[in-house]
Amino acid sequence: MPRVIVYVTLKPTLLDAQGRTVQTALHSLGFGEAGDVRLGKIIEMNVPEGDEAGIRARVVAMCDELLANPVTESYRIEVEA
Amino acid sequence: MPHSSSAIMMPPSDMTFKGGSAPLRAGIIVFPGSNCDRDAGNAWEALGEGEAVYLWHQENDLRGVDVVILPGGFSYGDALRAGAIARFAPIMKEVTRFAEAGGPTLAICNGFQIACEASLLPGALVRNERMRFVCRHVGLRVETEASMFTNGYQKGEVLSIPVAHGEGRYVCDDATYAELVAEDRIAFRYAPQTGNFVLGADSGEDYNPNGSRDHIAGILGGPQRNILGMMPHPERAMHTELGSANGRPLFEALCAVMNVRH
Repeated sequence: MPRVIVYVTLKPTLLDAQGRTVQTALHSLGFGEAGDVRLGKIIEMNVPEGDEAGIRARVVAMCDELLANPVTESYRIEVEA
Repeated sequence: MPHSSSAIMMPPSDMTFKGGSAPLRAGIIVFPGSNCDRDAGNAWEALGEGEAVYLWHQENDLRGVDVVILPGGFSYGDALRAGAIARFAPIMKEVTRFAEAGGPTLAICNGFQIACEASLLPGALVRNERMRFVCRHVGLRVETEASMFTNGYQKGEVLSIPVAHGEGRYVCDDATYAELVAEDRIAFRYAPQTGNFVLGADSGEDYNPNGSRDHIAGILGGPQRNILGMMPHPERAMHTELGSANGRPLFEALCAVMNVRH
């Protein structure tokens, strides 16, 4: 059964307040090399067997209707066989 | 029923109905996790002209109410995003129909987040810029008198109204922002108590509690400017004894317009 992974993040044009806070913490721990830290969500799910294009089309619809807010977020989809 | 206790609550004497032929009925939408529904209902009834009707999210009927209020809280525990799940509640089909037909719809705090998720209003509300949950009175400048919610105020007047939110930073794209300004749909902006600030002149760090674009605190929408979404809580500013009565004119204006319609 294929496993779908959806990565949802704030659009690059928006300030990611959580990401900035985590970056500050990393710097104070001595990891000064960490730049442009951004946080997001991972949504995983199983879907029925099928061709990848068909699976992707369904997951795109899920993202547009619920999983991501088109005003503030972008998403990336991975399908594992 | 989660709110059956209302029938046995004794209203304080100043809350008895003293309006015209029929009380004005406000439908307060109650989701799992709503926590300002009672405050909103009490504010409405405190005017002495109205009756609050609590409508559970699973209902399919607004029962003929005159006004709809989407109250504050954490509907569905803010799962996924604030307001994202509430938008699909059965009652929201009716709320959308009501609002799009010109029905007065007041969306406060989590209600504002829900209204944006449901596309009743443009834009979105994201995490406060400084990450903190902010719970205090803020200065709120009235930006337009041209609505059924704000015609009891004077443009430029600065109100003191509490906010209580962690995700209240209003964002929208440039085209939406230009439209809001051109159509005079920005109802309130966060402001210093003097009311004197110039947009873009400073970051607003001292008076903008969440980093909202150009200090936006509330916007209007709907075919008759009949939807107001705002992060601050006017229903918690009804009595000077409790800090401020600056929310009262908003509910009074709404009552006045509904009395004319009746």
